[in-house]
Amino acid sequence: MSLTRERHAELKRYAIQLRRLVVESVHHAGAGHLGGPMSAAELLIALYFAELNIDPDRPRDPDRDRFILSKGHSSIGLYAALALRGYLPIEELATFDAIDSRLQGHPDMSVLPGLDMSTGSLGQGLSPGLGMALAARLKGQDFRTWVMIGDGDSQEGQIWEAAFVAARYGLDNLTAILDWNGLQQYGWATEKGYGVLDRLAAQENPLSRWRAFGWNTIETDGHDFPAIFSAFAAAKSHRGQPTIIVARTVKGKGISYMENDFNWHSKPVTDQDLKQAQDELAAQEAAL
Amino acid sequence: MNLSTTGEMLAQRDAFGDALIELIDRDPRVYVLDGDLANSTKADKVSRERPDRFLEMGIAEQNMMGVAAGMATCGLVPWLSSFACFIVNRDLDQLRVVVAQPNLPVKLCGAYSGLLTGKTGKTHQEVADISVMRAMPNMTVLAPADAVEVRACMLVANDLPGPVYVRMTRDPEPVIFPADYEFELGRALVVREGTDITLISTGAQTPRCLAAADELASEGISALVLHVPTLKPLDADAIVAAAAQTGCVVTTEDHTIVGGLGGAVAEVLGERRPTPMQRVGIRDVFGESAPNEDLLQKYGLTPGHVAQAARALLS
Repeated sequence: MSLTRERHAELKRYAIQLRRLVVESVHHAGAGHLGGPMSAAELLIALYFAELNIDPDRPRDPDRDRFILSKGHSSIGLYAALALRGYLPIEELATFDAIDSRLQGHPDMSVLPGLDMSTGSLGQGLSPGLGMALAARLKGQDFRTWVMIGDGDSQEGQIWEAAFVAARYGLDNLTAILDWNGLQQYGWATEKGYGVLDRLAAQENPLSRWRAFGWNTIETDGHDFPAIFSAFAAAKSHRGQPTIIVARTVKGKGISYMENDFNWHSKPVTDQDLKQAQDELAAQEAAL
Repeated sequence: MNLSTTGEMLAQRDAFGDALIELIDRDPRVYVLDGDLANSTKADKVSRERPDRFLEMGIAEQNMMGVAAGMATCGLVPWLSSFACFIVNRDLDQLRVVVAQPNLPVKLCGAYSGLLTGKTGKTHQEVADISVMRAMPNMTVLAPADAVEVRACMLVANDLPGPVYVRMTRDPEPVIFPADYEFELGRALVVREGTDITLISTGAQTPRCLAAADELASEGISALVLHVPTLKPLDADAIVAAAAQTGCVVTTEDHTIVGGLGGAVAEVLGERRPTPMQRVGIRDVFGESAPNEDLLQKYGLTPGHVAQAARALLS
């Protein structure tokens, strides 16, 4: 996909708006995850505003593309994308985590149309995506299934069960996207302590792991729209294997004090935090 | 109705394989997912006779449960073939999050339930599946008595809009139901009329319970036998009515007495009609590998054990 300057700016604006809605919603709710939604912002906008064949007015259309957020704790990022795309009123984001809300702490497909799967217990999103891709093949439908996983998420063994079986069935209508931000809630012991960015460690290289499991692998910058769209195009044109797009991202991206700080995995946002985030995002928007 | 064993012996797992073929032929939504146990559960009949409807998922139950959930959201009805011990335990979190919470129509065959698993021992004996599945919101829990009821309840389970767990056994057992038996969801059946005591049973323990009633009848004790093939939703009215009719109750199951049929009956009677009762089942222990008759004897599940509990309660 070639991006016009205007379209590129529009998508960047949506990503900024998503980040603003995330930080405002978590501030309002008094709790919530921030780092993950921020690292996934451009990927979510690229999917919901360009890639996915979807219609907010027909969220149950059997021929729609499917999207599963396996890293379900980034729910508020997905809700913000859905709201911007017209699945729910923007104002409804203020109900995040409130009693009777459709916007549960982790995505609940039984209450919110537009969610293709319930997730939240880590490692579980890829298998239903495999099931959807299989169903499309069995029913002769040509929709595509996308699953976003996290690097912490992929420490669960079930991800690798699904990786093995999806490759075994050669499901080229299934694309996983790894939001590879290199951090998780607490992390592993390193010489510098816990919570340290360690994605460069050789044993953590997801590309070789996924290749070993029989997947087509594509690496991309997860914050750069043209790079993301090239990766999407390459994934869709690949035949005979499922594809994983390993997207290099920055946890907390876009808010200076959150970037690469594992403490912002999940944390209440103070009034002062909110003000600074809003100011930074406003400056980014003005610079477009 | 007054039922007795017909003399015919059939394995529930064979009925499972046959019923899957029947479901596949009548319902284009049906697919069978197998966790590398098809030649044990008898889902292998599908792989041979309807190979397009059979999907091998390998030894990866957690993934299999998730795959089933994804297929169910696309309008298919997946039937999972695995052992009860794995389908209840190995993928319990997957069952909870992507099947039960979204209330998806995934059908779970818990094969090789109870103690009689062909000398596999405690790792492969699932004696708490009723307790676990009963505690899972949105789940329908079935335990058919014989091969006829396996088929009959699968036909009903297939069309339910949510998840269903069907508890099945491995070895040939006495058939008690006539071939034209129709399963009614949520209904307990009086399979033997009686006035002195109520015996409440589920699953393949019911034929043994009927044998216990025969033994008691020879001593002049008239036992009502209530068969409970639907553990959830439970037919509380039938349990209360039977307890009211006879004034005392023995429950029996090839399952732990903690939270299973006995626990469920105690909950109902405790709240609605306190009644003297005894639970005959596995007494909070793990099993072991041994011949079936030895297991039934050691763990207290023979007709004689049920009859003895009835005598003790009556005296």
